[in-house]
Amino acid sequence: ACKCGRSFTSPRLLPPTRISPRTRSDVDEGLQPDAPPGAMLARRTVGLVSRGGPPLTPRSPPGRSVQRMMAEKVLTVDTMNSCVKKVEYAVRGPIVLRAVQIEKELKEGVQKPFSEVIKANIGDAHAMGQQPITFFRQVLAMCSYPELLDDDRFPEDAKGRARRILQGCGGQSIGAYSASQGIECVRQDVARYVERRDGGVPSDPDNIYLTTGASDGIVTMLKLLVAGEGRSRTGVMISIPQYPLYSAALAELGAVQVNYFLNEERCWSLDVSELRRALADARRHCNPRALCIINPGNPTGQVQSRQCIEDVIRFAAKERLFLMADEVYQDNVYAEGCEFHSFKKVLFEMGPEFSSTVELASFHSTSKCYMGECGFRGGYMEVVNMDPEVKAQLTKLVSVRLCPPVPGQALMDLVVNPPQPGEPSYSTFIRERKATLSSLAERARLTEQILNTVPGIACNPVQGAMYSFPRVTLPARAIREAEERGQAPDMFYCMKLLEETGICLVPGSGFGQRDGTFHFRMTILPPTDKLKILLSKVKDFHQRFIQQYS
Amino acid sequence: TSLPLSPSLSFFLSLTLSPPLSLGDCPSDKSRTNMTENGLLHPERVLTLDTMNPNIKRVEYAVRGPIVQRAMQLEKELQEGVKKPFTEVIKANIGDCHAMGQQPITFFRQVLALCSYPELLNDNKFPEDAKDRARRILQACGGGSIGAYSASQGIELVRQDVSRYIVRRDGGVPSNPDNIYLSTGASDAIATMLKLLVSGEGPTRTGVMISIPQYPLYSAALADLGAIQINYYLDESNNWSLAVGELRRALEAARKHCNPRALCVINPGNPTGQVQSRQCIEDVIRFAAEENLFLMADEVYQDNVYAEGCQFHSFKKVLFEMGPKYSEKVELASFHSTSKCYMGECGFRGGYMEVINLDPAVKAQLTKLVSVRLCPPVPGQALLDLVVNPPQPDEPSYSTFMNERTAVLAALAEKARMTEEILNKVPGIRCNPVQGAMYSFPQIQIPHKAIEEAKEKGQAPDMFYCMTLLDEMGICVVPGSGFGQRDGTYHFRMTILPPTDKLKIFLAKVKEFHQRFTERYS
Repeated sequence: ACKCGRSFTSPRLLPPTRISPRTRSDVDEGLQPDAPPGAMLARRTVGLVSRGGPPLTPRSPPGRSVQRMMAEKVLTVDTMNSCVKKVEYAVRGPIVLRAVQIEKELKEGVQKPFSEVIKANIGDAHAMGQQPITFFRQVLAMCSYPELLDDDRFPEDAKGRARRILQGCGGQSIGAYSASQGIECVRQDVARYVERRDGGVPSDPDNIYLTTGASDGIVTMLKLLVAGEGRSRTGVMISIPQYPLYSAALAELGAVQVNYFLNEERCWSLDVSELRRALADARRHCNPRALCIINPGNPTGQVQSRQCIEDVIRFAAKERLFLMADEVYQDNVYAEGCEFHSFKKVLFEMGPEFSSTVELASFHSTSKCYMGECGFRGGYMEVVNMDPEVKAQLTKLVSVRLCPPVPGQALMDLVVNPPQPGEPSYSTFIRERKATLSSLAERARLTEQILNTVPGIACNPVQGAMYSFPRVTLPARAIREAEERGQAPDMFYCMKLLEETGICLVPGSGFGQRDGTFHFRMTILPPTDKLKILLSKVKDFHQRFIQQYS
Repeated sequence: TSLPLSPSLSFFLSLTLSPPLSLGDCPSDKSRTNMTENGLLHPERVLTLDTMNPNIKRVEYAVRGPIVQRAMQLEKELQEGVKKPFTEVIKANIGDCHAMGQQPITFFRQVLALCSYPELLNDNKFPEDAKDRARRILQACGGGSIGAYSASQGIELVRQDVSRYIVRRDGGVPSNPDNIYLSTGASDAIATMLKLLVSGEGPTRTGVMISIPQYPLYSAALADLGAIQINYYLDESNNWSLAVGELRRALEAARKHCNPRALCVINPGNPTGQVQSRQCIEDVIRFAAEENLFLMADEVYQDNVYAEGCQFHSFKKVLFEMGPKYSEKVELASFHSTSKCYMGECGFRGGYMEVINLDPAVKAQLTKLVSVRLCPPVPGQALLDLVVNPPQPDEPSYSTFMNERTAVLAALAEKARMTEEILNKVPGIRCNPVQGAMYSFPQIQIPHKAIEEAKEKGQAPDMFYCMTLLDEMGICVVPGSGFGQRDGTYHFRMTILPPTDKLKIFLAKVKEFHQRFTERYS
């Protein structure tokens, strides 16, 4: 039986999949000699062509060889892994493929009503012009080319860090494999960082696993959790709206996605009663075993209160759920009165009844916060109360991929062990860090303010993280037109926005939303000037769109 | 600890969908409560060995398995001053060049430093060609920073350079950058391709043919995916060569139980060090075409060819030289990496795969799948770009680059020869020439009494041998059972990477140990 993940909200654009793989003779019979060569290919790609790209159509003129090839392929959409087909990842989905294509067209001189594509689809800080932290990059340069350690241009603290990292590497080279769990001295530094952050709650380096970005840690944890068949198949609770890594990973693993809805009216807060409802519903058809939380929220930008975290932990303890806390935006908190509380800290403050029982994995990354170093794919996870035998299995599992990228591990070390007061790089570091975070806070405020002046757009404050997720009211005629085209209405809206203004946002349907509501996610990362232009273009477009379809 | 099983036994077990293989998987009769440090009782955990993903329990990866954990423990004990019959642990378990003292290529590291800290572009300590490469790479990155995400398939410029490299390597056979996917080391791409291929249930479940001995990434990925591992044996008496007759035997046997859809070949061989002849590659391609198998060619050791008369031929090149009947039909994915060859930059996790004749709709699915992980590490992509686009004869860094490259490869060739020669002098050890790659995989005679003692300990005999070698000599090699071997034969894998002096000591210790071990158990 097919055990692919199900979603209870967002419509799936792909056609239903065949469960049994075709045999060779099936394929032969399926080939219609009268059909024009390539017709089969065209039919099979229908579900994907909405990305609007010619790359999927065969380039070479159709001929006998094409037909023969198509008939005999070992690996076709019908015979491939059916779970992979169900995977969707909107953040880099059709709208982004189209944006890339438009950029190419602009380069080739095609006339458009805009001169550049502004990509606000993904939290890619450097691509949006954010500058790297000088200290981090100095150390990385020295780790890459240790001869620079003799260079006077670099401050002593940067050299000290580079030497320390290199000493932690095999043969003192970042080109050596590290231990699969990560370089030991980096894991020690991470543990010390976690302790400082959490006001002294102890952290054991043996519980730290360095990862290839947070995504890798999250997928690995989910993979460990998935078991059973049919009604005993593992279910995993995720927020709606969610970051689509979760739905994608669950689809790929054939786990059951259990949706709980955040409360948009109350600033995307999480209600335990909604968790309870979702869990009770899910228990009828699967075995819910894990609860995933993203705090600060992606795409929703809320920052969870301490009380709410306590409630969630109590719920997980009572219902025996493994907690997964995605805390990659832990430094991105902007709103007055909001503060980041780690699940680990709250768990330990709740006393041994909870801190010695609740199983928790929390995730962090080098890609967000003030550093935004996405390209290095650095990250870590900390596991708490994990069964030692399972931990041994986890260690074995990560060893198959040898190790996370060592430059990313080095960068992770710098993030958790930045310049200290008294060190020569301290003031520059603090200045750069503050400048980035205060500018993000300003852009968060600006985004909320401007979007809320547009009739038909309503957005919650961006308390944290890097995104706004406004609700857009779409006219009934636009919804009908979208449906006729087989598109989600907010995909239709975002596609049109892209074609008319060059602005690339991700439709809410890619994250999940309550039926009948429509949203988009935009990052607040473009530089302030550009962000203002972007917001005013969105405003103009929305008004035009409403008029056009009223 | 788990029991390493002979390949044929594990094959049998995987066919019969047996319970998981490790001891800890036996239905547990221990109490379902745990005492914590605080002395509090708590109920059974959510995630236990009994309730975790059963496929993961079947995963084994000997290259970093129990023997390596023991080696690390010994290192710690030495540091703490514990007396041992040796002063250092020499790890020859993994192809980790830099850890064994190999120096990085200067040009590569200069460019990476420039990419990391572009202010260095104003520094006149770096040669112009290194600066040009760095500028070129940075221009292809979002915001001119290697800290930006790249396209999920990899930076376009790098993919173009990879394509051009392949065209040069393969004597003009065309390569399309759209068919290049950059990856997080070759392992990532191999596991991704296997993931795409796996489907069906019971007798229609996907089977994948892998060589025995194999690199255990393959068995581990197949276990993880719940696919059926189909073993074909390399011919040890014929220098680990691949015989199509054996492929046919394995395929026919497997067709009774599963749906074999892919054939994996590692060339040059890991752990076996053979270099496939052009003829043999042709035979394999013809076999794959006849039997409708998807070909996966692991070619990460393509520059590591040492033996006289041996030459690396890529599957892609041979495929295209066989004419359109094959080149338009056979589906092929080939893999390369920054971790091996002369650069040995394992830590950067750089790599690529090239897909040939992949169904365009499947390709779209592949692109979607890799997008979920956003992108391979960008420093690794930058490094790969340098590997496929190194200094050219008219550039200032050329001569240094060539000197460094030649020195590394010549030293490896010398160590390959030396390893074979010294090991073959030991009565009871037999090894084939190390024609390529980075490993020797000698067969060892283990006395009957030792085999019995191993069995009493619940260990594979070669695990027992390697563990004793580690404990007595401080030498870390991986038992053949972790790679698979014919029943009743025993091997170990050692890398040829230690510096020549150390390698000599290493080999002398192996010799001494083997003689002692044989005497002790005779």
